[in-house]
Amino acid sequence: MAATPKEPVQFRGAGPLNAPISGLLTWVDQRFPLMSLWRDHLSQYYAPKNFNFWYFFGSLAMLVLVIQIVTGIFLVMHYKPSAAEAFASVEYIMRDVPGGWFIRYMHSTGASAFFIVVYLHMFRGLMYGSYRQPRELIWIFGMLIYLCLMAEAFFGYLLPWGQMSFWGAQVIVNLFDALPVIGPDLSTWIRGDFVVSDATLNRFFAFHVIALPLVLLGLVAAHIMALHEVGSNNPDGVEIKKHKDEKGRPLDGIPFHPYYTVKDIVGVVVFLFLFFLVVFFMPEMGGYFLEFNNFIPADPLKTPPHIAPVWYFTPYYSILRAITEEFMLVLAIGVAAYVVLIWLTARDSRVKLAAAAIGLVVIVLMKGGPLALDAKVWGVVMMGAATLIFFLLPWLDRSPVKSIRYKGTLFRTALTVFVITFIVLGYYGVQVVTPVGTVISQIGTLLYFAFFLLMPWYSAMDKTKPEPDRVTM
Amino acid sequence: MADNMNKFKNLIAALLFAPALALAAGADVKLDRAPIDETDQASLQRGARHFVNYCLNCHSANYMRYNRLKDIGLTDQQILDNLVFTGVKVGDLMRVAMDANEAREWFGAAPPDLTVIARSRASHAGSGADWLYSYLRGFYRDAERPSGWNNTVYPNVGMPHVLWELQGEQVLAERKVQGAGFERTEMALKLDKPGKLSPVEYDRMVADLVNYMVFMGEPVRNDRKTIGMFVLLALGLLFVLAYALKKEYWKDVH
Amino acid sequence: MSDKDTDQGKRQFLVAATTVAGGVAAGAAAVPFVASMMPSERAKAAGAPVEVDVSALAPGERITVEWRGKPVWVVRRTKEMLETIRANDANVADPESKKPMQPPYAANATRAIKDEFLVVVGICTHLGCSPVDKFAKQAEAFDPNWQGGFYCPCHGSLFDLAGRVYKNRPAPDNLVVPPHTYLSDTRILIGEDSKGA
Repeated sequence: MAATPKEPVQFRGAGPLNAPISGLLTWVDQRFPLMSLWRDHLSQYYAPKNFNFWYFFGSLAMLVLVIQIVTGIFLVMHYKPSAAEAFASVEYIMRDVPGGWFIRYMHSTGASAFFIVVYLHMFRGLMYGSYRQPRELIWIFGMLIYLCLMAEAFFGYLLPWGQMSFWGAQVIVNLFDALPVIGPDLSTWIRGDFVVSDATLNRFFAFHVIALPLVLLGLVAAHIMALHEVGSNNPDGVEIKKHKDEKGRPLDGIPFHPYYTVKDIVGVVVFLFLFFLVVFFMPEMGGYFLEFNNFIPADPLKTPPHIAPVWYFTPYYSILRAITEEFMLVLAIGVAAYVVLIWLTARDSRVKLAAAAIGLVVIVLMKGGPLALDAKVWGVVMMGAATLIFFLLPWLDRSPVKSIRYKGTLFRTALTVFVITFIVLGYYGVQVVTPVGTVISQIGTLLYFAFFLLMPWYSAMDKTKPEPDRVTM
Repeated sequence: MADNMNKFKNLIAALLFAPALALAAGADVKLDRAPIDETDQASLQRGARHFVNYCLNCHSANYMRYNRLKDIGLTDQQILDNLVFTGVKVGDLMRVAMDANEAREWFGAAPPDLTVIARSRASHAGSGADWLYSYLRGFYRDAERPSGWNNTVYPNVGMPHVLWELQGEQVLAERKVQGAGFERTEMALKLDKPGKLSPVEYDRMVADLVNYMVFMGEPVRNDRKTIGMFVLLALGLLFVLAYALKKEYWKDVH
Repeated sequence: MSDKDTDQGKRQFLVAATTVAGGVAAGAAAVPFVASMMPSERAKAAGAPVEVDVSALAPGERITVEWRGKPVWVVRRTKEMLETIRANDANVADPESKKPMQPPYAANATRAIKDEFLVVVGICTHLGCSPVDKFAKQAEAFDPNWQGGFYCPCHGSLFDLAGRVYKNRPAPDNLVVPPHTYLSDTRILIGEDSKGA
């Protein structure tokens, strides 16, 4: 598998124990590729030596995954997935189960921590061009993990069976109602009832504790295998495999173990410090990690006056709410302008025609009188598109360099605006709808999509600096 | 302060003319800060007794066990002697005898379970304790309500003022507010008929009760903070070691 | 990356120290997870001590009460019954109750606080079946010289009227005497030793 020549692995340890341990390892290794796994993924996996702060979040995401799985297993031992008992069983865990409150707070804090870590990990990828060739598949697996994580969080959020659980699920499932023709049947099918009910809770539980964790683990394995196949990117965005020593080891690489294991341990300790600070001192995090209304048992007859999704969904929720009937005209004009832009700049006439045809269909569906779909449908479509558009990133970026360090003003500005937009959309997603908030969300929606859709142009026009030959520390 | 009073006035106006509006504006009510100390065991014990005497007749606390009161310094025997009705075991949950359906007939809605009420009533306007403290002091006479009572914090609430004999009867009355260069009238609570307790005593009693309800919402709260200190301390030590280890190995690279 | 100027001793010390500290931290973190599998407050409340009133129990009769989901028998033994126990020492495996199958205050000839009342958990110490009463002193299929006691239908273990197991039977031990105490002459609290004991 690895191109590097294999060297015997040396196990250092206390003297007298060495012989029996290495004897056992040899016995195992003749039957299972233990040492070659160790070599390929740790002791002789060469990572660039110039990783910075932003490179902690991959291993931290892995840590949070483990925390969520372990705490989840112990919660399942006491939780009751039924509408009649769910809320009480959560309070039972919080009070009657020894150590239950600790396990539950770790799990609820872990959910938010997961998204914090993953968003920072994704931002790292955006900054240093980690999605660029040859790492497209790593990026795609990563995005699939992100989608899977959102589904996992959504299903899990129903389980405490509080008011926010119930109404959050009600609103999100009703989004599917918007889809033409199949919508109403689809949402009924998802719920297994005409409202969110015991049947819904039971199936969400199955997805949350079995189905999605399995998918998630598979995707994480694929993400790491793809990474270790092509090697890690780094803050300079240059390939360390270009310069190797006589043994075939990258000159700018260092073995992951021990160098990055000891470094990641520091990151883990700092992370855990912050994590437990929340767990022990502010588990509700001012109503953002555990929402206040979720301490009221689900009541299908009474909607809380203000429902907002948990914070990590709110940028997309903002986009959903931004799409109003009046805004459809702006969107249609935007699509038309985009088609014109492609028509004027594309060289291939087939591309021009395809863009024009697709654009025409979209515009008709947006504003084409009787043929148009209503704004509710487009809200759902835009929200979906906002998550899916990340997948296209490897093919949108036309810059000759990967890293933000060597990209020019255009890209830097675009990324800054994008991050601000994401945060502002997130902020308005938790607020009550106001006219000003709606307009800001609408501008945010346009900026959000512009970051991706205009990237082929601004990334190509950008004045980049020359990349160095070797990494800088 | 004037701004807050203004909000309050708006709320009262809304309350009188458009109850629906008042509900939407609920978050804007100025809440009084609850003067509670969650480590004050005497206050918590008084609060527990008030809770059992006044609240538990109609409201349940279905997730709270009587013997959890050991966390606020009571013994099993004290709990059995002072707080528990006959036939109830010390490990039982704080259930209520009232039938939920009957309750719905009497009050228009079943009295909610109060175990975690202090957690659920938190909002950006204040903590759950602030809400409860303001609510229990915000009842006033209102002939138009079936119960004869209304509330400034929870307009048109179904619950009557259970503690009225202690607090006395409040009414909403016009009050002149004079400031630098302006004068206006607004609606404010006024004690019309005094109760068995003085206003100060009543506030103290409500504070104890609220203190207990906050404890009941999360009995582990104080322990969690103590444990947390040790965990963070241990992680701090681990950091020192991990950082030294990293430094030592990275000498090779730098 | 050469080993030239590295201090291997310092490295090994730091590796060992971090490993030990991390291991202790991980061990401490595991405590609440392990603890969460112990009986909860609900289980403890359900398993709280049970009070029995034995004033209405006729001599030679037995009542069963449930404690922690298990049957606990209270037998009011007659004089004759108590005599058979004394005569039965040769037949049973642990006549003097040396094995800790009872609280210290019941490690006596009749395995009881008061001779009159036998309080035992009605579960065979073999594989957990519940034995049946065979109080009558008469020839039985399983023992032609039966002195009265309990017979386990699952695998034929025999116990005498003090809950002592017969020799050469599958069950290894005497029936368990639960912690109990007398609140008054006729009220027994099962599940708790007497206060201060």
